[in-house]
Amino acid sequence: MTEILAARADQVHRKGASPFTMSCDKESLAGAVSQRACVFCGSRVVLYPIADALHLVHGPIGCAVYTWDIRGALSSGPQLHRLSFSTDLRERDIIFGGEAALRDSLTELIARHQPKAAFVYATCIIGVIGDDVEAVCREVSEAAGIPVVPVKSEGFRGTKKDGYYAACSALMRIVGTADTAGISPHSVNILGDFNLAGEVWIIRNYLERMGVEVVANITGDGRVTDVARAHGAALNLVQCSGSTIHLARMLQDKYGTPFKQVSYFGIDDMAASLYEVAAFFNDPQITAATAQVVREEVDAIYPQILEYRKALTGKAAAIYVGGAFKAISLVRALRLLGMRTVLVGSQTGNTDDYRLLHELCDEGTIIVDDSNPLELSSFLQEQAVDLFIGGVKERPIAYKLGVGFCDHNHERKEPLEGFVGMLNFAREVHASVMSPVWKLTPRRASQPARALEEER
Amino acid sequence: MLDLTPTAIVEREALRINPAKTCQPIGAMYAALGIHRCLPHSHGSQGCCAYHRSHLTRHFKEPVMAATSSFTEGASVFGGAANLSQAIQTIFSVYDPDVIAVHTTCLSETIGDDIPTIINKAVEDGHVPEGKVIIHANTPSYVGSHVTGFANMTKGMVSYLAESSGVLRNQINIIPGFVEPADMREIKRLAEDMGASAVVFPDTSDVLDTPQTGKHVFYPKGGATLGDLRGAGDSIETLALGAFASSSAGLALDNKCRVPCQVLDLPIGISATDRFVHALRYSTSEDVPVALTDDRGRLIDMLSDMHQYLYDRKVAVFGDPDHVIALTEFLVDLGMRPVHVLTGTPGNAFERRVGEIVHDRAPGANVRASADLFLLHQWIKNEPVDLLIGNTYGKYIARAEDIPFVRFGFPILDRIGHSYFPTVGYRGGMRLLEKILGALLDRQDRDAPEERFELVM
Repeated sequence: MTEILAARADQVHRKGASPFTMSCDKESLAGAVSQRACVFCGSRVVLYPIADALHLVHGPIGCAVYTWDIRGALSSGPQLHRLSFSTDLRERDIIFGGEAALRDSLTELIARHQPKAAFVYATCIIGVIGDDVEAVCREVSEAAGIPVVPVKSEGFRGTKKDGYYAACSALMRIVGTADTAGISPHSVNILGDFNLAGEVWIIRNYLERMGVEVVANITGDGRVTDVARAHGAALNLVQCSGSTIHLARMLQDKYGTPFKQVSYFGIDDMAASLYEVAAFFNDPQITAATAQVVREEVDAIYPQILEYRKALTGKAAAIYVGGAFKAISLVRALRLLGMRTVLVGSQTGNTDDYRLLHELCDEGTIIVDDSNPLELSSFLQEQAVDLFIGGVKERPIAYKLGVGFCDHNHERKEPLEGFVGMLNFAREVHASVMSPVWKLTPRRASQPARALEEER
Repeated sequence: MLDLTPTAIVEREALRINPAKTCQPIGAMYAALGIHRCLPHSHGSQGCCAYHRSHLTRHFKEPVMAATSSFTEGASVFGGAANLSQAIQTIFSVYDPDVIAVHTTCLSETIGDDIPTIINKAVEDGHVPEGKVIIHANTPSYVGSHVTGFANMTKGMVSYLAESSGVLRNQINIIPGFVEPADMREIKRLAEDMGASAVVFPDTSDVLDTPQTGKHVFYPKGGATLGDLRGAGDSIETLALGAFASSSAGLALDNKCRVPCQVLDLPIGISATDRFVHALRYSTSEDVPVALTDDRGRLIDMLSDMHQYLYDRKVAVFGDPDHVIALTEFLVDLGMRPVHVLTGTPGNAFERRVGEIVHDRAPGANVRASADLFLLHQWIKNEPVDLLIGNTYGKYIARAEDIPFVRFGFPILDRIGHSYFPTVGYRGGMRLLEKILGALLDRQDRDAPEERFELVM
């Protein structure tokens, strides 16, 4: 039987074992080996893909280093976001303040790179030494003639979710600063897509084929000028609900723009999202075009999906990702591949997310919030899974256990969104689950019956 | 990506662009992983711990376990004592390590948490089970670099654990520095071949290079044990490899337990390995075994076979100071000219030492500590090189300037091998030489016109 921290018992739920209850939004227990990150991390991942902005990390060197070009958030133009800029605060700055270092750094970088805007990320220590980042930003902004936006992302001020909020607040300072003339009434912003491996390009392509104009990608392959015009779009599409739902709400409050929560993972969710957009605009041409896009795309991939499904049917999967919304799509996508989800969890889900997961999953599925390596590896063994879907810290644990892995986080190398993304996902899952390496590992070696069955 | 790097070099005071270092805590975490059954603990916000674990995982491709005090707004106002005290109880009851190694962060340092007081209180309150220990190191991110953090935690092992019983043991201590698990393994092998009984700490071999066993072992079998660390105080002497990473622990051991300490370079390349072997020979009074002399002979043989491809070729090197110092000497031994030598870690000793090494082979070379890769790129634009050697982050410059590139140092995020094949010792020298020649000759093949494209090289 799996051991869990007593204090975590109400963050672990087994479907069928008891009625659904889930306690989440809890601070992690001090001393736990948590897989969670901090406020800065949340802000940085949301804003980072804006490629023609300067991103300056204000603090000691580490925070800039660990977020230096670690995400494949592709840009079709400028690559400025991929450089690492830090004020590299030293001991004397901690004593006398880092404002001068910040001012000098911003001035030099803006002069050289001519960015369209600058984001200044406050790290933990800034909140303690009390630099007036706001004032420095205002001053440099006036001198340079571009928005210089402070991001209140001190690590200790909460969880990654609070970082998302800080990033959305920063974005709101840019939204509304440019002219919206010429924007089609059939227009959207894409929120919460970071163009990992080029995913935003896939979604844009679908929307354009439907006859819907995309005003701003927020923030994948993002541009400051697009963000500045984002208030001119008729609808906001929010993916990865955790990170940009705040921005959607802010845009609704300030500009009255409605939003829809969508998911681009898996055939069902992708198609449903496009149909929802079409329904919103309620235009016969768009409706017809949408049906055609979905048909063409599904036709193109479905035969191959069925091939993968044949091989993968009956395999068991575990999911542990940052946001629960993604986990929900993944459960559905795995089901399409004939796979069972036996463990699903997230770092930052809320009760509603988990209730939805509970309803979606089969009996016996374990649902966890803010898990840790000990717990995860023990569940993985207990449930004898064939595939683990997670991020960088989970990957080697899966491999040590002899379990296939799919990175559905920063380090994905193939686009997993859209219809074509579903095919890529199937291919990636298949390649990892069916790899001959697992036949060489002790876990499989000690399960000859099962290995035999797989041979057939 | 680097197309806006200007050739004209202007001195910068504050701004760091494309760093050649990172912060202290990650070094402390890595060092602590070199203690058997130790759980490193990051006393700060959750993100620090997550970032360090992710970064180490990307480099080693291994699970990295560490706990965090999970600071919140309250901790930043009232101090983190309650968090650490809670963490100690959680860790011992859930993860059951033999040792908790606490390191601080910029946040807890600035707030001013007094770690020894908190640890003592935990002991008094009975939160530390019998036979278990907590050690700590102060690792403010705004001082030094990741190498400093490694040095501080290694020193912490000495100040908390080393004991002098008054009875000498027939053993020596080797502090291997911030090197790969494979290097620590090779250093142990060299010592054993030389007949030395060695206490090596920290020791991440069999911790961060574990075999696939079908199990995720929370505490792998490797690491210096508490017994090793306590007994280090009774050793005959200490060889501290790498002044930046290892001397503070070595000197602390001398101060505390009167174990004489010799600070050597990392045994990378021929001359530095010779000095290491010589030091081992001196302390064991054993002859150098034939097998080792033969290893050395094979390295020299490889070099003599291929020396004409190396002579006078210009190299740029960057990375951690101990690595770069030793490697630069190796490059000079190879007949190459290290014209740009840089580390992100602060320290005048680096510039002095490298300056001496390159003085004859590369007069006027650019040598700088506390610098970044933006400066290195500018140097290279002003004086191009035939080869670039450094960690993964060098790939941007290598691509922008189309320079052959050998990955060496920490971190390496885009290739494998570094944690399995040593670069220390004579065999490590052979591997480095193979990589350097491979890069140079691949380039020669790529660029050769059809009629000059050679089969035999």
